[in-house]
Amino acid sequence: MKTPKFLLPVATAGVLALTLSACGGGGGGTTAGSDAEQGLDGRGPITYVQGKDNSNVVRPLIEKWNAAHPDEKVTFKEQTDQADQQHDDLVQNFQAKNANYDVVSVDVVWTAEFAAKGWLQPLKDKMALDTSAMLKPTVESASYKGTLYAAPQNSDGGILYYRKDLVPTAPKTWDEMMGMCTIAEENGIGCFAGQYAKYEGLTVNTSEAINSAGGAVLDAEGKPNLNTPEAKEGLENLASAYADGSIPKEAITFQEEQGRQAFQDGKLLFHRNWPYVYNLAVTEGSSKVKDVLGMTALPGKDGPGASTLGGHSAGMSVYSKNKATALDFLKFLTSEETQKFYATQGSLAPVLGALYDDQELVTKLPYLPVLKTSIENAEPRPVTPFYPAVTKAIQENAYSAIKGEKSVDAALSDMQKSIESASAGQ
Amino acid sequence: MATELGPTPVKGPASGGTPIHHGPKGVGEDNAIASQGKWASWLLAPTIVALAIVIVYPIISAIVMSFQKDAGLDPVTGLFTAGGPAGFSNYTNWLFQQCAAPGGGTVACPPGTLGSQFWSATGTTFYFTIVTVTLETVLGFWMAIIMARTFRGRSLVRAAVLVPWAIPTAVTAQLWLFIFAFEGIGNKLFNTTILWTGSEIPARWAVIIADTWKTTPFMALLILAGLQMIPAEVYEAAKVDGATAWQRFRMITLPLVKPALMVAILFRTLDALRMFDLPYILTEGSNNTTTLSILVVNQIRQGFNSAAALSTITFIIIFIVAFIFVRFLGANVVEQQTGAGKGKK
Repeated sequence: MKTPKFLLPVATAGVLALTLSACGGGGGGTTAGSDAEQGLDGRGPITYVQGKDNSNVVRPLIEKWNAAHPDEKVTFKEQTDQADQQHDDLVQNFQAKNANYDVVSVDVVWTAEFAAKGWLQPLKDKMALDTSAMLKPTVESASYKGTLYAAPQNSDGGILYYRKDLVPTAPKTWDEMMGMCTIAEENGIGCFAGQYAKYEGLTVNTSEAINSAGGAVLDAEGKPNLNTPEAKEGLENLASAYADGSIPKEAITFQEEQGRQAFQDGKLLFHRNWPYVYNLAVTEGSSKVKDVLGMTALPGKDGPGASTLGGHSAGMSVYSKNKATALDFLKFLTSEETQKFYATQGSLAPVLGALYDDQELVTKLPYLPVLKTSIENAEPRPVTPFYPAVTKAIQENAYSAIKGEKSVDAALSDMQKSIESASAGQ
Repeated sequence: MATELGPTPVKGPASGGTPIHHGPKGVGEDNAIASQGKWASWLLAPTIVALAIVIVYPIISAIVMSFQKDAGLDPVTGLFTAGGPAGFSNYTNWLFQQCAAPGGGTVACPPGTLGSQFWSATGTTFYFTIVTVTLETVLGFWMAIIMARTFRGRSLVRAAVLVPWAIPTAVTAQLWLFIFAFEGIGNKLFNTTILWTGSEIPARWAVIIADTWKTTPFMALLILAGLQMIPAEVYEAAKVDGATAWQRFRMITLPLVKPALMVAILFRTLDALRMFDLPYILTEGSNNTTTLSILVVNQIRQGFNSAAALSTITFIIIFIVAFIFVRFLGANVVEQQTGAGKGKK
């Protein structure tokens, strides 16, 4: 007992730290109880959480809402523009049961995870939202186990850009497109490229290839379904095109921007990318494809391919106290007027099918008809609560397969096993 | 907090703990020192509380979490349920690469799971650490020797050298990403068509080059500080005795700068073992550039508890390396320092 005086403050500190840890903990538990307890009828100010509002569409919309609803004002909480950080921020706030995250913008690939965690209010019964006018794939991507968990807000799909001056007629199928690679060869440019660097874009391109060949990464039950001839054909298409040079070697480092740059510099005959490329390719001064830019749906096996769906939905937190207001706000976000504003102001693809045939919009955004075909044929990215593990499994193995370090069969079977293991929980 | 702290100062003198110091001293002096010690511990208390909150609590909490299972899916409701106690399964997941099998039990982690990447990530981390720290030490030493000389504009050079160190790593990584792009300046300048971020050896070297560029100045400045401690007379004496430049470097500079050098290397090693932003932005961990920190971050998105186990393992690995440095290499540093001190006298 030589140092009791010293130990005392330390012990105090320890007790404090433990007290603190007790505060930090907190059990799970599901929301139950009456409508009032769940805040289903609650009205009042709410917060809308979304990533960085780069094209300034959210603020004007919220101003408009606030002017019409002075007692139910919406506050905008802006996150960073990094998807991963947005995801982590949402997870932290949901775990802390933060009642101030009333309505949140959810990337289509997070829906299942958040729904399975019990963080999103199911949009059924009293909270139902009319989705009849929306494109079906967008609704599917906001649903989990047959229940709608978020309001599709904007969509996105892949488009095949091509050189109108070199390609006489746009290819409809993958084989047709590969047949046209001789044109690229004659002109000394690369034939086709998407995004094949090891990141989320590779998951998009891989599942597109597999879906377009008639396969699926996950079956309807959410189980991996990769040991199929269709899946093999899909991945084989990419791997063999890369091996024979139809997909140029450097495409293995391409994310969206590098691919767009290569296409704009006139180094690619065909290019798979998102609709945002259109505006840049026709307006940027350095673009060499300004006047010869062609657009068509992604090529599939016998017709249009199955694009992977992008976009965001608006979900309602189960911890929100003012769910009635939140539901009204979701309806406002998916209204025709708002959707039109999204399209014109932010170049965000609408979820309402009718808008794609709106003459005024089509003049402004000429890619809309192609995008409609793309989204109508689109498959959601694998819908699973284990999405982070699934996307890693796809990236890791597809990357090896495309580079030829692993056979397509081995890659698919490893993918299958990895996803099975991830879904089994650890 | 006030109520907890309230009674204790009264209790302090009452318990009248034995003073730790000894030797012949007056009673008054003894009391003064005793109360000084008491005061000191109370003054230290806020710091200790702060350290307990920001260091002890997270570490303990991570260790507790690492023995919990990650949430599993209820097949009927499709909702996540709490995982319950996990025993050592989170650790075996990493160390022995045992992943959950679909029907229960475990299987060897298939390629594509994070578990299968643990040992390759460990290897990559150490590979990066050894190569970058070696390069940075050699280059840093060279830069320090140049900066130690007196020449016009020396302070300007010293300030300029620090620029890469002052740039945030994420920005550095983005910068080098542009340089190493296929159509980037790197390939244009040397007229090459290397897929810097698309194949294994170039990808690893891209990270090494960027890291060396960024942190060599840090090494250089730490070594420079050590160099300036060496008195000029020692060199003069050696010159008079006819020592060659190489001999002077080997017999004087190296031993006398060693304490500063070891500290610099220790810092850099611990830093390099945690390397995250450079490879994450440059390659997203593709082509065998996944370090342990990247693996932890990837795992956090898939399950906190398993990530807690991995970060505990990483913590232990770094702790062992630091221990080896301080215990075995650091012991030498202390000896050298006292030796040098005696020599000066």
